[in-house]
Amino acid sequence: MKEILEIIGALFVLLGGIFLFLGGLGIVRMPDAYNRLQAGTKATTLGGMSLILGVGLMETSWLIKAMVIIIFIAFSNPLSSHALARANYKRKNFPYLKNTKGVDAYKDAYLNENKEEQS
Amino acid sequence: METNTLYKKLSSVFLNWLFLFIVWNAFTSSFQAQEVITGLILSFFLALFTSRFFDCCSLRVLHPVSLFYSIVYVFVFLIALIRSNFDMAKRVLSPSLPINPGIVKFKTRLQSDFAKMMLANSITLTPGTLSVDLIEDTLYVHWIDVKTDDPEKVHTEIAQQFENILLKIFAE
Repeated sequence: MKEILEIIGALFVLLGGIFLFLGGLGIVRMPDAYNRLQAGTKATTLGGMSLILGVGLMETSWLIKAMVIIIFIAFSNPLSSHALARANYKRKNFPYLKNTKGVDAYKDAYLNENKEEQS
Repeated sequence: METNTLYKKLSSVFLNWLFLFIVWNAFTSSFQAQEVITGLILSFFLALFTSRFFDCCSLRVLHPVSLFYSIVYVFVFLIALIRSNFDMAKRVLSPSLPINPGIVKFKTRLQSDFAKMMLANSITLTPGTLSVDLIEDTLYVHWIDVKTDDPEKVHTEIAQQFENILLKIFAE
């Protein structure tokens, strides 16, 4: 039983490693900060979750603690990426758009907010 | 009015107490009597002091219907997370980098701050989307492959499935 759990845990760790690698590749290849955040957040959330779950399965006495860490990752990761994206927009790094028809619905709200602050 | 605010405060303290007690037991994970009793007392005092910072929801979340939909939510969320990872892997690995990014907006039907935060978090982890800002009840979402910029269609495409479940959990 212990050996089987160890093999399953190792598979989960491997899977997490693969997703984390793909996230790193995405960060290198994407054109701007928002797309990089997209790749980074998703990969680190699932990659980190599956890695920690794998460790928890290999050492079953850690499993409950691993679950707490997984829940914590699921809550904190998207929050931090949201804060980064918002701060990046406030620094006037506007998103990369493929052609002139690209939509940026946030620009109006952002400009309105700035006008209120100045007046 | 007086009793209403008192009730709100007490329910907030109770929910915090319950949450902190569960986390305590998960971290100690020994379940011996002295550990559990210590956790019960400690988490009660912590809940008293911290409940005014974390008033997430009413006691309605302990209703069986809410608990059932919370479990449904976890599974829907996990499936969306795995799908979004494969979607991202496909985009990253294909040589032409098939993206058409942009920021779209839509209005959410949720009322409470905590429910809105849950929705924004889930949207960040669904395929190809990242929530950028939330002003009043308008969510601004960075979409890696913009298909439409009509707020109604964006709403059905991105938020509908999570919003329906969250409406049932928080009963708004």
